[in-house]
Amino acid sequence: MNSRDFAFPQFSRRFIPIWRRNFMVWKKMAGSVILGNLADPVIYMLGMGYGMGGMLPEIDGMSYMAFLSAGIVCYSTMNSASFEALYSTFARMYEQRTWDAILNTPITLDDVVFSEVVWAASKSLLSGLAVLLVIWLLGLSHSPLALWIIPLALLVGLCFASMGLIVTALAPGYDFFMYYFTLVITPMVLLCGVFFPVTQLPPLWQNVSSVLPLTHAIDLARPLLSGLIPAHFIFHIAVLSGYALIGFYVALVLFRRRLSQ
Amino acid sequence: MNAVLSARNLRKSYGDQVVVDGLNLSIQRGECFGLLGPNGAGKTTTLRLLLGLITPDAGELSLLDHNVPHQARAARLRVGVVPQIDNLDPDFTVAENLQVYGRYFGISDADIEARLPELLEFANLTHKRDAKVPTLSGGMKRRLTLARALVNDPEVIFLDEPTTGLDPQARHLIWQRLRELTARGKTLLLTTHFMDEAERLCHRLAVMDNGRIISTGSPRELIAQNIEPQVVEVFGEHAAAWAQNHAARHAQRFEVSGESVFCYVDNAQPLLLELQLHPELRFLHRPANLEDVFLKLTGREMRE
Repeated sequence: MNSRDFAFPQFSRRFIPIWRRNFMVWKKMAGSVILGNLADPVIYMLGMGYGMGGMLPEIDGMSYMAFLSAGIVCYSTMNSASFEALYSTFARMYEQRTWDAILNTPITLDDVVFSEVVWAASKSLLSGLAVLLVIWLLGLSHSPLALWIIPLALLVGLCFASMGLIVTALAPGYDFFMYYFTLVITPMVLLCGVFFPVTQLPPLWQNVSSVLPLTHAIDLARPLLSGLIPAHFIFHIAVLSGYALIGFYVALVLFRRRLSQ
Repeated sequence: MNAVLSARNLRKSYGDQVVVDGLNLSIQRGECFGLLGPNGAGKTTTLRLLLGLITPDAGELSLLDHNVPHQARAARLRVGVVPQIDNLDPDFTVAENLQVYGRYFGISDADIEARLPELLEFANLTHKRDAKVPTLSGGMKRRLTLARALVNDPEVIFLDEPTTGLDPQARHLIWQRLRELTARGKTLLLTTHFMDEAERLCHRLAVMDNGRIISTGSPRELIAQNIEPQVVEVFGEHAAAWAQNHAARHAQRFEVSGESVFCYVDNAQPLLLELQLHPELRFLHRPANLEDVFLKLTGREMRE
């Protein structure tokens, strides 16, 4: 370990051309990506919403489908950022050696890692917008407060992109990502109130849930979609930002270490 | 003459392994400088140090009057790099690869667009402008990588084994382009383990092994300084036995490698007369070349 690896991140505007590069690649397959962004939440909300919703009374004063929609917004944005920060970032770093090509120019590793976080969050933003569109089309939300979902999607994206990059920085290969999805992402989906209220969990698991970022994202999204100002919203934003900032710093330190070999 | 690049007492270790061990280097403007060495000699690590991609444990480095690694960003603005392993963008066309790479240097799209025809022509890729990278041959990919390294009109170009894996036609085209670049006054630093490549292209060479430079000079100087001018290669199944009994009498120095004996001499006549007496042996008389120097300096055993 080298003390230089722990230096404060050096940001510059040179991450922008990398973002534009990723956007150019994305545009070439935008059709399938947007279709996936729209179809996945529709399938979840209609399938689960009608299937489960028919058997369930209202939850917290809303229909099951409306309850579920807030969970799906956060779940989709989390997934978009995680997949991008794991598989796609790993491809650019390791398989395609795109990072090596970029690092031979005046761009530094700090710029590259920052571009990855911003790019993954951009994809989250897009996926959040798609779900919001579905929510509006299905008539599940009528409040202008729902527009706050847009910056929230970006914040959730930054948070999960940063966490995902830590895993990518440590990964020897693609198979490694299965650990993260099986041991972190999937349990989080079940513990954080996507499909059912956290209050249904035993007290111990409620405590675990309260420190997980997805819980805080859903605690913001659910009231916003119902037209309410979320309780303790500054606290929830702070938790998500904390995960994003600390995650980014840890990922950057690990990438500096990995790429100085 | 002013040095475009200078390294003093550069050191880099990974754990217990010393990869670059007190390296000194000075490269003048307009020079084509070759860094030779067997696999694992530290060539690629040296290039990465010179570019400021990794930080040396000790030593001083300056590239285009910028201190490296502290001002590496400013130095890299005026440097082009052809990496050992292709890292072109597979999702993009030839033209898009150049355009996207130009942006990394902060060049405006209009300026890149204006330079594109010249870059494509230099790489013989004008007709492939809109072809996607995976459809290109190995030689085309290398030429595109070379064109990409020129997108910022660099003063110094680093080439890490630029012709490894190419067929002879493709290599000759790359060599021709590299000579054109030196003719335009660009400074080239290339690593290679092809001695013919080094002999043809480089004004000056450094032979590197175990992280140190063990000899420097022009190709002719290296040969003159390190080795006898004439070589007689003797081969055949009796060659080794012959060498044991007779070689020392006629050659200053000889080496047995499998069924071949390499005899190094100032004057080959006595040896050639001796070989007339052994019709079972085949032989080849030739002037000493860089490969002989290289093998003498770095040894014949495999590096793996």
